[in-house]
Amino acid sequence: METNEVFEKVKGLFVEDLGIEESKVTMDAKLEEDLEIDSLGIVEVVMAFEDEFEIEIDDEELADVTTVGQAVNLLHSKI
Amino acid sequence: MKTAFVTGGSRGIGKAIAIELGNNFHVVVGYSNSEDKANDVAKDIISSGGSASTIRVDISNSESVDEAFTSIEKDYTSVDVLINNAGVTKDNILPRMKKDEWLEVIQTNLTGSFYTSQRAIKLMMKNKWGRIIFISSVVGISGNQGQVNYAASKAGLIGLAKSISKEMGSRNITSNVVAPGYIETDMTSFLDNQNKENIIEQLSIKRIGKPEDISNVVSFLCNEESEYITGQVIPVDGGLST
Repeated sequence: METNEVFEKVKGLFVEDLGIEESKVTMDAKLEEDLEIDSLGIVEVVMAFEDEFEIEIDDEELADVTTVGQAVNLLHSKI
Repeated sequence: MKTAFVTGGSRGIGKAIAIELGNNFHVVVGYSNSEDKANDVAKDIISSGGSASTIRVDISNSESVDEAFTSIEKDYTSVDVLINNAGVTKDNILPRMKKDEWLEVIQTNLTGSFYTSQRAIKLMMKNKWGRIIFISSVVGISGNQGQVNYAASKAGLIGLAKSISKEMGSRNITSNVVAPGYIETDMTSFLDNQNKENIIEQLSIKRIGKPEDISNVVSFLCNEESEYITGQVIPVDGGLST
């Protein structure tokens, strides 16, 4: 899967599961500051990713993820 | 219609809760051994115009819990209300208590409720709505001779419930504890009349409790009207813990 395909799927999850405005979801967007996702919201996104892509994400891998782009790259590396 | 899953729903307090919730929810009656009794509870609910089903679950086994939830999700989409009621006792005074007696009670009563709550919470987070009720005991608040394991497990539920309430409040999920006192069930059937007289003497309300005393409170905590109550322990004990 190409990076932009992963991005489109990620965007879909943000918009559908968390009700975030589609235009705000860019590769540079910061999860907490720009998208106003709280820590529980990040957990929800992770669980949705795990279901959607059938992967497991460790807590350690998440520690460095603060932007949409970093999340997309992490997922891309695991698929 | 929302779905309520009651563990240990075939007997005693769990049965009363299942029947009461049958007025407002599809009720899944969880049982470990008493299949016939669980079926009778489901029939009771259905004959009163409600909707109910049964499922076998060993809450002390995470795989069994996972299977039960997967099956409920398949048939009823979600679990909106979880009643952590199933529990066991293995009484002994501390110097005589065997390690297995301790471990079995903690595994079922406390760890089992962790398994069910963790599994349910993922569904509730998706729905942004949920109710979790833990059936603890007055013994978890006050302690009791011969019940270090049971009392510790029931006190543990309070910490579990309060922490969930803090983690999940932003998702409209409430988590509360009901702490029954002496209630007329199989679990207290060993009490003879003299024991009962002695217990009643300690109570403000001069009678042993009925399972319905508990199910009425649980039902309220599952309703929309209780949405501002979370992380609380509600003793229903005739004044015993006062």
